[in-house]
Amino acid sequence: MESIIVILPLLVKMGIVVAVLLLLPLPLTWLERKIAAHIQQRPGPMRVGWHGLLQPLADAIKLLTKEDHIPMDADRLLFKMAPVVALVPPFVVFVAIPFGEPVQIFGSSYTLALSDMNVGLLFILAVSGIGVFGVILAGWASNSKYAVLGSLRSIAQMISYEIPMGFSVIGVVMLAGSMNLSDIVHAQDGLWNIVYQPIGFFVFFVAGLAEAQRIPFDLPEAEGDLGAGYHTEYSGIRFSLFMLAEYVVMVVLALLNALLFFGGWLGAPPFLPPALWLLLKTGFFIWVFMWFRFTFPRYRYDQLMSIGWKVLLPLSLLNILISGIFMF
Amino acid sequence: MEDLLREYLPIVIFLGLAIAIGLVFIFAALIIAVRNPDPEKVSAYECGFNAFDDSRMKFDVRFYLVSILFIIFDLEIAFLFPWAVAFKDVGLLGFWSMIVFLGVLTVGFAYEWKKGALEWE
Repeated sequence: MESIIVILPLLVKMGIVVAVLLLLPLPLTWLERKIAAHIQQRPGPMRVGWHGLLQPLADAIKLLTKEDHIPMDADRLLFKMAPVVALVPPFVVFVAIPFGEPVQIFGSSYTLALSDMNVGLLFILAVSGIGVFGVILAGWASNSKYAVLGSLRSIAQMISYEIPMGFSVIGVVMLAGSMNLSDIVHAQDGLWNIVYQPIGFFVFFVAGLAEAQRIPFDLPEAEGDLGAGYHTEYSGIRFSLFMLAEYVVMVVLALLNALLFFGGWLGAPPFLPPALWLLLKTGFFIWVFMWFRFTFPRYRYDQLMSIGWKVLLPLSLLNILISGIFMF
Repeated sequence: MEDLLREYLPIVIFLGLAIAIGLVFIFAALIIAVRNPDPEKVSAYECGFNAFDDSRMKFDVRFYLVSILFIIFDLEIAFLFPWAVAFKDVGLLGFWSMIVFLGVLTVGFAYEWKKGALEWE
């Protein structure tokens, strides 16, 4: 009986998170196309529903009914597994993300996180690192030259930018004295971390763009320049699982930017619930990612690697030194 | 034990849930989607000519180099996290020992840089 009381709210929360994650790409794809359209002074999707609002739904149905073919030379098992392997890590990251203070409902208290674990930040970095395996498997199993080359480039990019990303959050952990995300948010009660950690934020934000493979670092895909990168051979539903994973990664990064550097749910105006305030900040970062996509040109591959290793890595090491000296 | 379970059981459940979602989508497509394979359709993608050569080819050694560098630096990050958590307790000595350690790392990094391990043409 005791365990049911613990498990039931957990399952309800999981249901909400999964439902939101699965539905979120629908408005996000619409938003991305609309933002693109208005930046480029054209109306964008207008036909399906009011101002194209039902367009994502139509796309989802299309992707589901499209032929899902497997190349004849492919390693069939790995080829089938890869989209699921790519999808799972960004989903699992959400276990550790808190959305607000515990709330009181009918006298009992519920946390607004699936698990408010003490190693939250480390868990997030570790699990999002697993996302690379989906890319490796997809590229290798396709047995197509475009896919292999694309996956090699993606992997090199993702692991290169994981390092500055890891170093840049060290400063935040030093300030909070904890890896628990709620504690990190509480530590920003007075001033947001962006004030103490401007270099850390810059490195984290840029590395995040590269991790999510968004412009100006979307070399792996580079639609218009290359084939399509590691998912060249994928079609139909398996392709959309990769796309779903990509959108979830973007949401995770926007959330982390808001939580680690912009005070999370703190400082909400009195008429807004704190969780909504956090989501507004997240929405702002998602908008920035989309705005970047249609504003900046793409870097060359050698420029990409030298930004990661020669600019961001020294900067993030310097950030640790500076924040240490300032804290004494 | 209770606390451990409360913190880590959600991960296991959610992992299962995430895998299940992926599989549900794929099985749904298996039922709904058209299937009409054709030798041209299922052959590896190539642009404008028939595919030649195998895709299991030699690739640039720099990708390998990057992954080795990654392992070294990723270990440093794992090493830095506990230090950062305990930062307020380790005091000045703890801080400077870590900076010396990072300095040694930086010397190695500078050597790599000078040797051209980070150059991509």
